[in-house]
Amino acid sequence: MDYEFHWNIVFQKMPELLQGAFVTLHVSVLSMVLGIAIAVFLAIAKMNNTKPFNYVAVGWIEIARNTPALFQIYMAYFGLGAFGIHLSPYMAVLSALVFINAGYLAETFRGGFQSIPDAQYNASKSLGMTSFQTYRYIILPQMFRRIYHPMTNQFVWSILMSSLGILVGMSELSGETQRLQSLSFRTLEFFIVTAVLYYIITKFVLICASLLSKRLFKGEI
Amino acid sequence: MIKIENVRKSFGELEVLKGINLDVEQGEVLSIIGGSGSGKSTLLYCINAIENIQGGKIFVDGIDVHNKATNKDQLRQKLGMVFQQWNSFPHLTVLENVALAPQIVKKMSKEEAIEIAQKELKHVGLGDKFDMYPTKMSGGQQQRLAIARALAMRPDYMLFDEVTSALDPELVGEVLDTLRILREEGMTMICVTHEIAFAREVSDQVAFFHKGVIEEMGPPEQVISNPQKETTQAFLSKVLS
Ligand SMILES: Nc1ncnc2c1ncn2[C@@H]1O[C@H](COP(=O)(O)OP(=O)(O)OP(=O)(O)O)[C@@H](O)[C@H]1O
Ligand SMILES: [Mg+2]
Repeated sequence: MDYEFHWNIVFQKMPELLQGAFVTLHVSVLSMVLGIAIAVFLAIAKMNNTKPFNYVAVGWIEIARNTPALFQIYMAYFGLGAFGIHLSPYMAVLSALVFINAGYLAETFRGGFQSIPDAQYNASKSLGMTSFQTYRYIILPQMFRRIYHPMTNQFVWSILMSSLGILVGMSELSGETQRLQSLSFRTLEFFIVTAVLYYIITKFVLICASLLSKRLFKGEI
Repeated sequence: MIKIENVRKSFGELEVLKGINLDVEQGEVLSIIGGSGSGKSTLLYCINAIENIQGGKIFVDGIDVHNKATNKDQLRQKLGMVFQQWNSFPHLTVLENVALAPQIVKKMSKEEAIEIAQKELKHVGLGDKFDMYPTKMSGGQQQRLAIARALAMRPDYMLFDEVTSALDPELVGEVLDTLRILREEGMTMICVTHEIAFAREVSDQVAFFHKGVIEEMGPPEQVISNPQKETTQAFLSKVLS
């Protein structure tokens, strides 16, 4: 093998890579927060057959789950551009990720709701709890546990999908890597370090999530 | 007292209760027996308004259960219910399972609710399980937990829907013993049961349900030991064989 590795330049540019990593984390966290909020509404809209909300929900969920993320990002950046709506690369990637997360999480939430047996509602009712109390103290805490892991996975996916920001010139971790390697021509070194950084970020998220779940969830479901 | 007057209940086209009349006096134990699908569980669900009815009336202490103006959440505090399939709250400890409703429904202080919860758990023989999670317990223990959870609301009536029929045979005894204790204490109870010997032992009245009507009702010496109707005889000879 005659490729000579030169790592120095990569280490010199580490602050810029880390800055990119921060943007990656930033956009994925935000896309999860907004995605979760919208997903709750989509899930409820799909479960209640109230027109036209259920059509909107079904359409959203179907498109988000069955078309590539690349397509969503292009639509947000170039597609909306054609209609005179010009999003920054950051906003385009954020909207696309929110769109996808909301679609996937809506199905997760719906499954979560439906996995709680009717017996739990009847037991709560028979104790004199109001509907609000039943949801607040019995249904939602159990549902949250059941969707916790799928939700963490979606978060990891958001981090990895945000690397598509490279295609619209967003300066998240992959975009930064692309820019820096093109200035120095140390392509392999930069992308290897970036891969390691992605690994560290996702591992960090998963470990935090697992520690948090041990604190939050004492009983078993 | 609980007064049931000509109650009719349908699920869509299917008429499940076809004019049920029953009275349960204070301190009385009524057992309901009958074949699968005869409407026994449905009647209990109608008494505490988990299911609505299409005709007739149900009164609990003179309150018209299915009247629109009746506050159902408040009414249910009078009626404890234990279900066939045990349904403890899996995300709460045994103690929390019992202490929750007194706190949020009856607005008791946490200390007060915990005191009552501990007392009721000891009552049903779970005094050493406070901090356990219910999913780790046997079916019999979970059913006793469900009984304690209902009792902690200090109900005036208890409704039991085949509380032993999903249990392994060796666990049935401990749950029936708990019901015997409640009977001794004078609790008014309606027990849907397949345990004919138990029904004969504890009941003041036995009602035999068949296809949505009460075929035969009276003291156990009559309905169980000396049934008059052919349907009752056929049912009993089948379950006792
Ligand atoms: N929620 C429901 N929707 C539609 N039909 C129902 C519902 N609940 C009960 N039924 C039907 O009503 C009839 C009476 O049911 P119910 O559960 O009251 O019978 P049961 O006497 O308790 O029988 P078992 O001994 O099997 O518990 C059955 O045919 C049942 O299929
Ligand atoms: Mg039943």
